[in-house]
Amino acid sequence: MKMLWRSAATTAFALGVAAIFGPASPATAETPQYGDELRLVVGSKIPSYDAHIESTFGMIHPIRPFYSVLMRVNPDNPSSPTDFVCDVCEGDVPKPTDGGTKYTFKIRKDVKFHDGTPLTAHDVKATFDKIAFPPEGIASNRQAYFKTVESISAPDDYTVVFKLKNPTGTFLPSVAMPYNFLYAKKDLDAHGYTWHQKNINGSGAFRFVEHVPGSHVKGVKYENYHHKGMPYLNGFTAISAPKMSVRLQAIRGGQADIEFRGFPPKARDDLVKALGDAITVQESDWNCVLIVTPNHKVKPMDDVRVRKALSLAIDREGGSKYLSRIAIVKTVGGVVFPGHPLAATEAELSQLAGYGKDVEANRAEAKRLLKEAGHENLKITLHNRGVDQPYKVVGTWLIDQWKKIGVQADQWVQPTTPFYATLRKQKDFTISLDFNCQSIVNPIADISKFLPGAGNNYAEFQDEQLLKWYDELLAEGDEAKQRAIIRKYEKRVLDELASQFITLWWYKINPHRSYVKGWKIAPSHYLNQALDNIWIDQAEKKRQLGG
Amino acid sequence: MSTMDASPETNTGFKRVRVIDHISRMVRRQPLGTGGAIVIILMVFMAVFAEVIAPYDPEANSFEHMLVAPSLEFLLGTDQFGRDLFSRIVYGARTALFVGFACALVGAFGGLILGVASAYFGGWFDLIMQRIIDVFMAFPLIIMALAIVSIFGTGTDKVIIAITIPFVPRCARVVRSSALAIREMPYVDAARSIGYGHMRIIMKHIAPNVLAPFLIMLTAFLGEAILLEASLSYLGMGVQEPTPAWGLMLQGGAEEYAESAPWVPIWPGLAITIAVFGFNLFGDAVRDILDPKLRTR
Repeated sequence: MKMLWRSAATTAFALGVAAIFGPASPATAETPQYGDELRLVVGSKIPSYDAHIESTFGMIHPIRPFYSVLMRVNPDNPSSPTDFVCDVCEGDVPKPTDGGTKYTFKIRKDVKFHDGTPLTAHDVKATFDKIAFPPEGIASNRQAYFKTVESISAPDDYTVVFKLKNPTGTFLPSVAMPYNFLYAKKDLDAHGYTWHQKNINGSGAFRFVEHVPGSHVKGVKYENYHHKGMPYLNGFTAISAPKMSVRLQAIRGGQADIEFRGFPPKARDDLVKALGDAITVQESDWNCVLIVTPNHKVKPMDDVRVRKALSLAIDREGGSKYLSRIAIVKTVGGVVFPGHPLAATEAELSQLAGYGKDVEANRAEAKRLLKEAGHENLKITLHNRGVDQPYKVVGTWLIDQWKKIGVQADQWVQPTTPFYATLRKQKDFTISLDFNCQSIVNPIADISKFLPGAGNNYAEFQDEQLLKWYDELLAEGDEAKQRAIIRKYEKRVLDELASQFITLWWYKINPHRSYVKGWKIAPSHYLNQALDNIWIDQAEKKRQLGG
Repeated sequence: MSTMDASPETNTGFKRVRVIDHISRMVRRQPLGTGGAIVIILMVFMAVFAEVIAPYDPEANSFEHMLVAPSLEFLLGTDQFGRDLFSRIVYGARTALFVGFACALVGAFGGLILGVASAYFGGWFDLIMQRIIDVFMAFPLIIMALAIVSIFGTGTDKVIIAITIPFVPRCARVVRSSALAIREMPYVDAARSIGYGHMRIIMKHIAPNVLAPFLIMLTAFLGEAILLEASLSYLGMGVQEPTPAWGLMLQGGAEEYAESAPWVPIWPGLAITIAVFGFNLFGDAVRDILDPKLRTR
C-alpha cells in the first residue's frame, strides 16, 4: 500500500513537471551533443593525402576532416547545387565584380593550421596557384576547372582576389570543390609541392593522429577550429574495409556507425530488416554516371553505325526499373545531372538514340545498322573495372543487352590501377565502361568529360564541332542559351557521333546508425565530409549497442 | 556358320563379364573411389550435354524472375539477374572441367618432362632445376596463382596459366624422386651400355616407370585446379561474368544474398564441394591401386 502511494505520488509529480515544461520538443531532442567518436568504414585505399592530385573517396573520406577549404556546399543543405557557404572566407560567398570577372574573398582572422601557424590569404593564394597553375612536372587533377582564372593575388594578409578571363558560372562551384584543401604556404615553400602527398598539416575540424595502412586513419578534435562550437565529436576513426560485406556487417554488428559512399538497395533492405529503427536511411540522386567509351581508333568502333547500334540496344528504362533493385544505379539521363535546370527533359531525351520508348524498334534499328556496317555477328570484349558496384553489375547487364541485337560480348575485368593504365596508357581496349563522378553539380564543367582530347576522355576521337560549342558554352552567361548549346552538344555526343554513351546515373543510398546525427546526404560521395557538424546521440547509441 | 556366329557373341559376352567383374571388384575394393568416379562421370555428362540438360540460357538475364526461390519452373531458383541457377550449374561444370583438365594435364605433363629430365641428367642441370623448383614451391598454391593472375590479368585462359604454372614444379619434384631410383636400375645401365640415346632411355625405360606417381599427381591436380579456379573467381580474379562458373556464382551471390536468397550461394557452393570431393576420392583410389605398398596391404 505504501509502495502504491509512493508510485502514485511520483507519477503525479512527473505529470506536473511535464505539464509545466511541456513535452520534449523535437528541437530539444536534436540539440547536438558533444563527445564520443565516429567510426566510419571506407571501401577504398588512400593513394596519397594530397587532394589536389587525387579523385577518390578513399582519400576524401578519411582525410577531408583534417583540412579546411575556402568555401563549400552548405553542410545543412548539401543537395543544392547552388547553396555555397564560406569555410575560411568571411561572411557570405562574394558576388563577382568588374562585369563578373573578379571575385574578392575576405579571409577569417581566426583560422590556424594544426601546427599553430595562422592561415592567411597567402596560404589561400599559394594553394590555388598550385591547383590552377602548377609548375612543370607537378600534377593537378582539377587544373582544367580553373582555365578561366587569369590571376590570383593576395593584396593583403586577409584578402584574396581571383581575376577571370571572362565571366562564368563555373567558377564558384569549382572553388567550392572539396578537393581544394588549403595548404600552408610555408609548407609548400619549405618542403615542395609533393610534401602533402605523405604529410598532413591542415586547419580542419580534426587533427591527424595516425594512419595504419590497410587498417585505419584516426583523428582527434581540433580545439582551435575556426567554426566556434564545432566539431561535436571528440574524434573519428576511418576503418579500411574494401569488401562491401565487411562494411555492411560492421554497421550491422555495431563496429561501425556509417559508410559515406553508398550501399546497394539489397544491403539497405537487409540492414533495415535486421536493425529496424536503429538504422536511418538517406537517399539521393548521385552526380555519378556510368559511361560506355568505345575506342574510336580500334575497329569496328571507328564506325559510327556500330557505336550507335550498341547504344540503341540498351533498354535504359528497363534497366532503371530492375537494375536499381540490385545496383547503385537508377536514373535515366543525358550528359547533365538529371533534374538540373540544364539537364534534358524526358521529351528531349526521347529524341536521342537509345532513349526512345519503343525498345524493340530501337533494337531493330540497331540490327539494321550493324548489318549495314557488315558486323551482324559482332564479337567484342567489354573492358571493365574490378569493382562490383556498380561496374561489374552494369557490365553484366550491358552484355545481355547487346546479346539481344546479336552482339556476343565477354568481359575483361582489371583492378583499378591497371584498369586506368589501360585507358590512359596502353589504350588497347575496344570498348570500356568508364565513369564521370563529380563533386559539386556543375554541369558546364562536368560535361567536359565528353570533349575530344579532354584528359579524362579515353574515346580517342577528334571533333572540332564539340570543341567549338564547348568554348561558346564557357563564354555564355545566359542560362537559356547555355541550355540550348548543351542540347546540341549532347545530341552530337550521344546520337550523331555516339562518341560515348550513357548507361544509367547512380543512386546514392546511405543507411547508417540512427544515433549518427547532423550529417545530410549530398548528390556526391565527395561532398559534406568535413564531419564538423556530425554528433552522436549517446543515449540512443547506448540503447542500441549497450555498454 | 553357327560357330562363327556364336564366337563373337561368346567373346562379347566374355568381355562384358570381365568389364562387369572389374567394376564390381572396384566397387568392393574402392567404394569411395567408385563414388568419386560416379561424380566425375556425372560432371562430364553435364558438361558434354549441357545444351540438352539446361532448360534455360545460362547467361540470359530475366529481370521478371529476379531471385526466385527454387520451384518447378526454376529447379534451383534464380540469381539477382534472373538467371536460372540450375542451367548455370550445369554449364558451370563445363568451365570447371575445362579449367581442371587443362591445368592438370599441362601441369602434370610439364612436371613429368622436367622431373624426368632433371633426374636423368643430374649434375648442374638437376641442381639448378631443383633450386628453381624450390623457389616456386616456397609459395602456397593460391598465393602463386594470385600473383600470376595479377600479372597476366583475368579471364579463363589467364586462369589456366595461373593454375598450371605452380602445378609444374610440384609434379616435377615427385616425378624426379621416382626417376632418380629408376635411373640407377641395371636395365637403364644396360640400355646405356648398348648405346641407346638419351631420348630412347627416357621414353622407353624411365618415363613408363614413373607413370604411377604421375597419374596420382594428375588426378590430385584435377580437384585442386577446380578448387583454385573457384577460389580465383570468387576473389574476382578468375573467370568473368557472364560466363557460368561456380566460384563466380558464389562471388556474385554469397555476399549480398546469403540471408535473403540463400539458394544463390548454396548451390554453387555445393557443386564445388561435391566436385572436389569426387576428384579427391577418385585420386585416392588411383593412388591406392597404383601404389604397390598400399596394394599389398
